[in-house]
Amino acid sequence: MSSRYSVFSLIANAFSGQKGWTPAWRDAAPRPDYDVLVIGGGGHGLATAYYLAKVHGIRNVAVLEKGTIGSGNAGRNTTIIRSNYLLPGNQPFYEWSMKLWEGLEQDLNYNAMVSQRGVLNLFHSDAQRDAFARRGNSMRLSGADSELIDRDQVRALAPFLNFDHARFPIQGGLLQKRGGTARHDAVVWGYARAADRLGVDIVQNCEVTGFIRENGAVVGVETTRGPVRARKIGLAVAGSTSRLTRLLDLRLPIESHVLTAFVSEGLKPVVPGVVTFGMGHFYVSQSDKGGLVFGGDIDGYNSYAQRGNLPVVEDVCEAAMALMPQLGRLRVLRSWAGLMDMSMDGSPIIDRTPIPGLYLNCGWNYGGFKATPASGWCFAWTLAQDAPHALNAAYRLDRSRTGHMIDEKGVGAQPNLH
Amino acid sequence: MTRFVDGGLIDRTRPLAFTFDGQAYRGFAGDTLASALTANGVRLIGRSFKYHRPRGLFSAGSDEPNALVELRTGARREPNTRATTVELYDGLDAASQNRWPSLDFDLQAAGGLFAPLLGAGFYYKTFMWPAALWEKLYEPVIRRAAGLGRAAEAPDPDAYEKAYAFCDVLVIGGGAAGLMAALTAGRSGARVILVDEDFRLGGRILSEREEIDDAPSLQFVARAEAELAAMPEVRVMRRTTVFGVYDGGTYGALERVGDHLPVPAPFTPRQRYWKIVARRAVLCAGAGDRPIVFGGNDRPGVMSAQALRSYAVRYAAAAGSPAVVFANNGYAWSAAFDAAAAGVPIAAIVDVRAEPPPVQMERANRRGIRVIAGGEVIATSGKLLSSVTVRARGRTETIAAQILAVSGGSSPTLALTSHFGGKPVYRADIAGFVPGVLPPGLSVAGAAAGEYSLARCLAAGAARGAEAANDLGFTARATPVPQAQDKPITVSPFWHVAQSRGLAFVDLQNDVTAKDIAIAHQEGFRAVELLKRYTTLGMATDQGRTSNVNGLAMMAALTGQDIETTGTTLFRPPFTPVAIGAIAGHHREKDFRATRPTPTHAWARAQGATFVEAGLWLRAQYFPRAGEADWLETVKREVTATRASVGLIDVSTFGKIDLQGPDVGRFLDRVYINTFSTLAVGKVRYGVMLREDGMVMDDGTTARLADTHYLMTTTTANAAKVYQHLEFCLQVLWPDLDVQIASVSEQWAQVSIAGPRARDVLARIADAPLDVSNAGLPYMGVAQGSVMGGIAARIFRVSFSGELGYEIAVPARHGAPLARALMEAGAPFDITPYGTEALGVMRIEKGHVSGNELNGQTSVADLGLGRMASTKKDHIGRVLSERPAFRDPDRPTLVGFKPVDPKDRLRAGAHFLRHGRSAVLANDEGYMTSVAFSPTLGHWIGLGLLARGPERIGETVRAYDPVRGADIPVEICRPGFVDPEGERLRV
Amino acid sequence: MRIPCPYCGLRDAHEFSYLGDAAPQRPDPAAPDAADAFHDYVYLRDNPAGPMRELWYHGAGCRRWLVVDRDTRTHAILGTAFATEARS
Repeated sequence: MSSRYSVFSLIANAFSGQKGWTPAWRDAAPRPDYDVLVIGGGGHGLATAYYLAKVHGIRNVAVLEKGTIGSGNAGRNTTIIRSNYLLPGNQPFYEWSMKLWEGLEQDLNYNAMVSQRGVLNLFHSDAQRDAFARRGNSMRLSGADSELIDRDQVRALAPFLNFDHARFPIQGGLLQKRGGTARHDAVVWGYARAADRLGVDIVQNCEVTGFIRENGAVVGVETTRGPVRARKIGLAVAGSTSRLTRLLDLRLPIESHVLTAFVSEGLKPVVPGVVTFGMGHFYVSQSDKGGLVFGGDIDGYNSYAQRGNLPVVEDVCEAAMALMPQLGRLRVLRSWAGLMDMSMDGSPIIDRTPIPGLYLNCGWNYGGFKATPASGWCFAWTLAQDAPHALNAAYRLDRSRTGHMIDEKGVGAQPNLH
Repeated sequence: MTRFVDGGLIDRTRPLAFTFDGQAYRGFAGDTLASALTANGVRLIGRSFKYHRPRGLFSAGSDEPNALVELRTGARREPNTRATTVELYDGLDAASQNRWPSLDFDLQAAGGLFAPLLGAGFYYKTFMWPAALWEKLYEPVIRRAAGLGRAAEAPDPDAYEKAYAFCDVLVIGGGAAGLMAALTAGRSGARVILVDEDFRLGGRILSEREEIDDAPSLQFVARAEAELAAMPEVRVMRRTTVFGVYDGGTYGALERVGDHLPVPAPFTPRQRYWKIVARRAVLCAGAGDRPIVFGGNDRPGVMSAQALRSYAVRYAAAAGSPAVVFANNGYAWSAAFDAAAAGVPIAAIVDVRAEPPPVQMERANRRGIRVIAGGEVIATSGKLLSSVTVRARGRTETIAAQILAVSGGSSPTLALTSHFGGKPVYRADIAGFVPGVLPPGLSVAGAAAGEYSLARCLAAGAARGAEAANDLGFTARATPVPQAQDKPITVSPFWHVAQSRGLAFVDLQNDVTAKDIAIAHQEGFRAVELLKRYTTLGMATDQGRTSNVNGLAMMAALTGQDIETTGTTLFRPPFTPVAIGAIAGHHREKDFRATRPTPTHAWARAQGATFVEAGLWLRAQYFPRAGEADWLETVKREVTATRASVGLIDVSTFGKIDLQGPDVGRFLDRVYINTFSTLAVGKVRYGVMLREDGMVMDDGTTARLADTHYLMTTTTANAAKVYQHLEFCLQVLWPDLDVQIASVSEQWAQVSIAGPRARDVLARIADAPLDVSNAGLPYMGVAQGSVMGGIAARIFRVSFSGELGYEIAVPARHGAPLARALMEAGAPFDITPYGTEALGVMRIEKGHVSGNELNGQTSVADLGLGRMASTKKDHIGRVLSERPAFRDPDRPTLVGFKPVDPKDRLRAGAHFLRHGRSAVLANDEGYMTSVAFSPTLGHWIGLGLLARGPERIGETVRAYDPVRGADIPVEICRPGFVDPEGERLRV
Repeated sequence: MRIPCPYCGLRDAHEFSYLGDAAPQRPDPAAPDAADAFHDYVYLRDNPAGPMRELWYHGAGCRRWLVVDRDTRTHAILGTAFATEARS
């Protein structure tokens, strides 16, 4: 088991030539039988395992990851955390996530660089202002912080934005000061290390190739490293959910889409918090390393290719130049893409399934990273208690049958518009 | 002197002045900033990212990890610019970055003392206590120290362009292989584009002293350039970098049009972003020299062997003397020989191989160059390199040197080949990765494919070029190929001098050391992706072109796995960093998106209108007059005048869809919830359409102009969406229906007049025999005729304001004359132009829903329009709108609101709470959708969605608006504050 | 991505807009199981990793709806046809 991290362990290791460090987590081999199997070693899967062990005392748990942990969307996002949602089905869940972020590093003994530098959503019209007011008020009602600020206040907060030659002039913004960013990879490693310390097996290079079924129930999985059985099996493989549920003839209200993110070359501090543009899909923040991290819309067609095309690249850069024309000579260093489970109403699913033994955590659309702690927490609850927690009660798999959609954008059952 | 007296591809007749860190220097045309600094003896150029270590040039190309500078000043300041790729121009001004107070004396370098503490993963293990200090103290310090250059602080003053190009064969790279590929394909008649990132074609030929066809190889380049220039179907693009491979044979490329000039020439962009659509492409991007990892390998003066050769041969310069060469391969030896021939004294060649090939030994002997075989560099010294300590066969020796030229072998420049996910494949014989599975249509030739000798590059270029052309039906011949040396590559894999002194750098820019790799190994971050993320190896601006292979080879050694099994990470687009401004092109600031003016825009502007964005449209928001205190006073006047007499507004922005055919009526019955097949000719009906999921999509009026001819209007916001939806229904759902549709939104200007005197105004512009009397054109009627003495017009008697109203449509070019004619005709009635604000006020007074209510989250029942739905037919959205959630009686439903205290202002976005209930989400009952100050009633009014609203008329609830500090009681009322019976409409 | 429109020829994908899987067919609204059938039609997707028939609209061109055969793993376009002809 790994030792505790502190400034003292750092100094001790500095003097010992850095020879005292031990693996952050054991590279476990799969055992034949577990209480709970979590498929997917991303942030959500690892967090689920951690909370199963920590909150529910279920430690006979394995996380099966087909590659290396954190190599999917957990390592491909734009690292934003926020709880600025509109609808009652969403807002309390994301606020709980925010509360978990706020105590995460002490809880995990791992610095995930959770940085509450503020998330500012710009608005450019009266109608947008009213929509943001509605949202900001929803946030207040659920105990989150929100402020509706006017153009002058935005200017004071973010003087680097284009106020004077804009096609869609900035009129104000919705500010959540507790929002911000976290170091995405560190979140993965922190959960992995903490789960490992509680006895969870993290099994890498172990791809699920099939399900073992008995009497209609799922009782295990076939993997590239042999069969593994468990009483309960939870899927947390957003982006690839349909590939696994196809093996069970389970059709889902989900499409896989590609979302590209970008980082610029490193810069001295320019953008203090997170800024989102209201008249194009664009969001930007600056990493501690100095690169501007930004992104935009999905490409808009079903894809499993983990790479996007130029129209989105152009769209994003155009929005950047609408908002911050002083960045014209700054260079895009790297772009990468992840696979999004785009759901039919833009909101996730954390639920049991019609198949006994199988539990589902999917449909994160763009929003998976910020949800990581609460997603793990609620999925662990659902797995352990065999029932959803109040926080994920709205994230039902069958909500499209009853019509209880959670459609923040109001665009209906067309995933590429969410 | 560090510039040799002769030689080099520089134009000594064209001296250029430039400054670096304020110091004036001179170079020549043909120099890069890097070569000019070298020629001026400047060896210290930058500071490293993490430890702020002094750094000099490592390379002579776009893989440079160290020499990043801020180029130009003011609004043109361009951070992190590689000195090695900047073409020198007169007056160039560059500055070092990431140092304080100066490059020579950087206080932050003190951080280097803590290097033992700052190993990989350091940040993740500390700064956790106390939690509050992360944002306040630790992070700001880290952020200030991190980053590299500074962004400009004013908008980029230069212009950028986007362009498309199409070709049969795209050749990427204009070296030996690329020239042959382009010549071969070009000779077959194929349309060829040859791009090269350099300002001069030739690639490595420019830096080597080789022969082709028994003549200096530069002559071959000159001949090839001339032949290519003479081919009409061949285009050569210098200063152009292909940065990404995309689907459908699309290649993203950046042309630096004006970067070699002090400012771009008039009417030309600084850079041009190309989308090159190529049926085939041949990658001839060459290879880069790989460093060796040893203690002190980052000192200014340590550079790649090929860089030494390039500066010496191409630029006739060397930043010091003598040079020691440290290598494991024969290619580095020829670099040393070429450099020596150009004038660089070589103190020794240190080769890790105990027995270098005898041919090379003999060549070294012939030149009098000392060889230390079986040797390793174990230390260096000097802030700027002054000596090198070598250990060989158990003996240690220190050699004075200002340059240490290093080569651990070559790494093919294969980044583009992995943009589709193709994993590079390790080839032990050349100790390097070569391209794996390629993007469709792309082939690779020459050094980029691991074929290093000049002869093989020429032959492979010709072969790939011919294959590409032949694939496309041209007849190309890959022979004859010019003659050149075909020396076999000899390399002995070697990555790391384990027993060396001082920090040994793997990634020079991100300061990733050998020790960091060891920590990552100890802590289990062994897979290449984890290694990269944990140590930041390969995440610098060169994407690890000089560091990845060493890093993973060292990890392989630690784990005991071979390099094939360890694998490598993928390169991501862009190949080299691309300016954001270039990709945006003209779409920035005011020109971010197109602006759609209405047909009466100029007229409205002349009337003093203030405009507001409505999607891409600009609409008149209100028409202020002198003496009015604020917009509210203006809007009050506009509403009052309209309701009292007559007002005018341009409504051309509504979507207009022309539908014709025998089945239009049946078709509309299926897309609208209500029935249109029964609509009489000459009549107009309000309709609501749903999405298939049961929510409201759009509303508007549709007129029946003739038996088989309807005209639909949509909301401004949904014009394109509705049109696409109708095409979907016709082409995908019901192709059997005989209906043709066309968008005529742009063809017709439409002006609305409203108010009790509207008919009087209309009558004055209507041409006989158009009858606009109440009988001739009743409410919800449509008439066709002409106005203003012969202008074809359609007149719809509809009203959004609740007043007697007409919408007059004329061909778009007559829109402004129509507005002027109406103003003239209405003058006796004080006709008042009004804008979208007054329009909004009047529709809220009437209780009509608009965009704020049609937000995609509402059903017809929510909006109080449920009665409209015909039960006798199916329509889009009917089935799913019967789901349980839609029938929930607690669903928020549209009602009106007025403040209990008439002085209170209402605000849209406020939530409703029952009196006495606490302000928590569980008590949320809905929200206010739209508000307006009603001049007619003298107080604020609103529309909103409230749980069981229609059952609660007369009740008061809290309008809770904490984001604006408001919490007021409001009374629930019926929507429809003015003329609820609609009597004014029918007069 | 470039899509060969049967009417306009090979055109850049940004001229088109995407709807999704072409397989689901609007059910008979009068059928007794219409509620379930419409639910599945509107909400459930096979979401295949591989070849897929999908609906694209050439809004910036001929305004025809197309059925495009495309591989979601590689983005390779395998064929296109007018929706009116592909489905009738």
